[in-house]
Amino acid sequence: MTNTPNGKAADLPTKISVKDLRFFYASHLALKSINVPLYTNKVTALIGPSGCGKSTLLRVLNRMYDLYPRQRAEGEVLLDGENILDQKQDLNLLRARVGMVFQKPTPFPMSIYDNIAFGIKLYEKLPKSELDGRVENALRGAAIWDEVRDKLSASGLSLSGGQQQRLCIARTVAIHPEVILFDEPCSALDPISTAKVEELIDELKEKYTIAIVTHNMQQAARVSEYTAFMYLGELVEFAPTTQIFTAPENPRTQNYITGRFG
Amino acid sequence: MASYAARRRSNFVWLSLCWASTAFGLCFLIIILATLFWHGFGGLSLTVFTQPTRPPDEIGGLQNAIVGSLIMTVVGVAIGAPLGLLAGTYMAEYGRHSKLTFVVRFINDILLSAPSIVIGLFIYQVMVAPMHHFSGISGAVALAVIVVPVVVRTTEDMLLLVPGPLREAASALGLPRSTVVVRIAYRAARAGIITGILLAVARISGETAPLLFTALNNQFFSANLNTPMASLPAVIFQYAMNPSPVWHSLAWTGALIITLAVLALSIFARVFSSKGSAK
Repeated sequence: MTNTPNGKAADLPTKISVKDLRFFYASHLALKSINVPLYTNKVTALIGPSGCGKSTLLRVLNRMYDLYPRQRAEGEVLLDGENILDQKQDLNLLRARVGMVFQKPTPFPMSIYDNIAFGIKLYEKLPKSELDGRVENALRGAAIWDEVRDKLSASGLSLSGGQQQRLCIARTVAIHPEVILFDEPCSALDPISTAKVEELIDELKEKYTIAIVTHNMQQAARVSEYTAFMYLGELVEFAPTTQIFTAPENPRTQNYITGRFG
Repeated sequence: MASYAARRRSNFVWLSLCWASTAFGLCFLIIILATLFWHGFGGLSLTVFTQPTRPPDEIGGLQNAIVGSLIMTVVGVAIGAPLGLLAGTYMAEYGRHSKLTFVVRFINDILLSAPSIVIGLFIYQVMVAPMHHFSGISGAVALAVIVVPVVVRTTEDMLLLVPGPLREAASALGLPRSTVVVRIAYRAARAGIITGILLAVARISGETAPLLFTALNNQFFSANLNTPMASLPAVIFQYAMNPSPVWHSLAWTGALIITLAVLALSIFARVFSSKGSAK
């Protein structure tokens, strides 16, 4: 048992620190003693072949797995030093601090404006004018304001896939989280929309700590500063992205990066 | 090429059979509607809606039966729909994997196909007998028992169609479970759930059997749920059994009114649901 990441740790402020995390789907062990940090205001990419546990790891960070019976996590996940796996952790407060953007765009069946305002109203009672401002800021923050400013009352479902995904990012940003988790946010998008979302992630890291799961290694190389390579439920290597892609230490990482398997 | 020709021939044969059976089914629907119009349309006048039922030799209408049907249908839905909605919500949103859900779904399916006269007899036992008289409220409760399984079924099915990622996305914003259900899942399934309730209304507005032992019938106007109450199906049954040609004509008109009302409701439900899903 070790408390350091599997690989090289930098001496940086750490937002989330995963320690000896084991995760079970019923009796199946899906994550085997994961240790990894998410550095404050950095983008950390989780890469690896399908089924390696990268999405599972992401879903532990906001305890999304709690929605389902027979899934459980052991170990520690420290968010600002507090263990969020603690049974006493309030899940709704946790999820307000750790937002998540999903693989498929999931706009709510309501207007564009309400898609954003809905989450804000849950936490704060604001006068209409202030709420309008927050909605605008969130939409600007997700680089979609110019495209929707004239149709805020239109249904969120009327937007294109790429716009819907940015709407979902805006919705997440609107409630001022501290961490944003992206679960393959571009896999359902065309290249142009993908470029926009990647650009956006690059801007978002100034304010938020970001983790992104991706199947696309070029994407990981483009958007992240740190990369964790996972394989069969283990964290094989964690290092600065440039190092992972140019001089990986572990031969398995090298094989995956160079396309010899996965 | 020989096999291609054979495939085309067999396609033609099966397609023709499909067309023929569709035409066969539709034929009866058209005959029923045509018969209803033929016999019932002539009797359609204002007096039908403004005059209560009278003895055969006087000119009367169906006002008490129409009002009775409306009251019992509305009360029946008001009792049955919320119960079904809540049960369906539990099954789809909270107890999706629980044993209770499995048991309720099984029993609900039995209830869904239970003969409605049995439901009438059941309500007779638990309400009419202890109250010592027939009443509109027991008729409404009998109708509610028919509404419940229909609404449970459609609510559960429609909520199960709401994509899981939508619920996850809502939860990921930190919404409590109840908010996710009420504000997101209900909203996404709204058209289907309302369609289910409208179909339940259509179903009970034509029911006769559960009313025979509960609301009975009433030849006078009554809006009091504690007294026996007339209903269109019961009056049609009574009038059709009577030799008076005046009553026969009124029975046809009553049948036409129910059919048109149910038809209108079904079309409304269909239009509403397609509108909702297109959005």
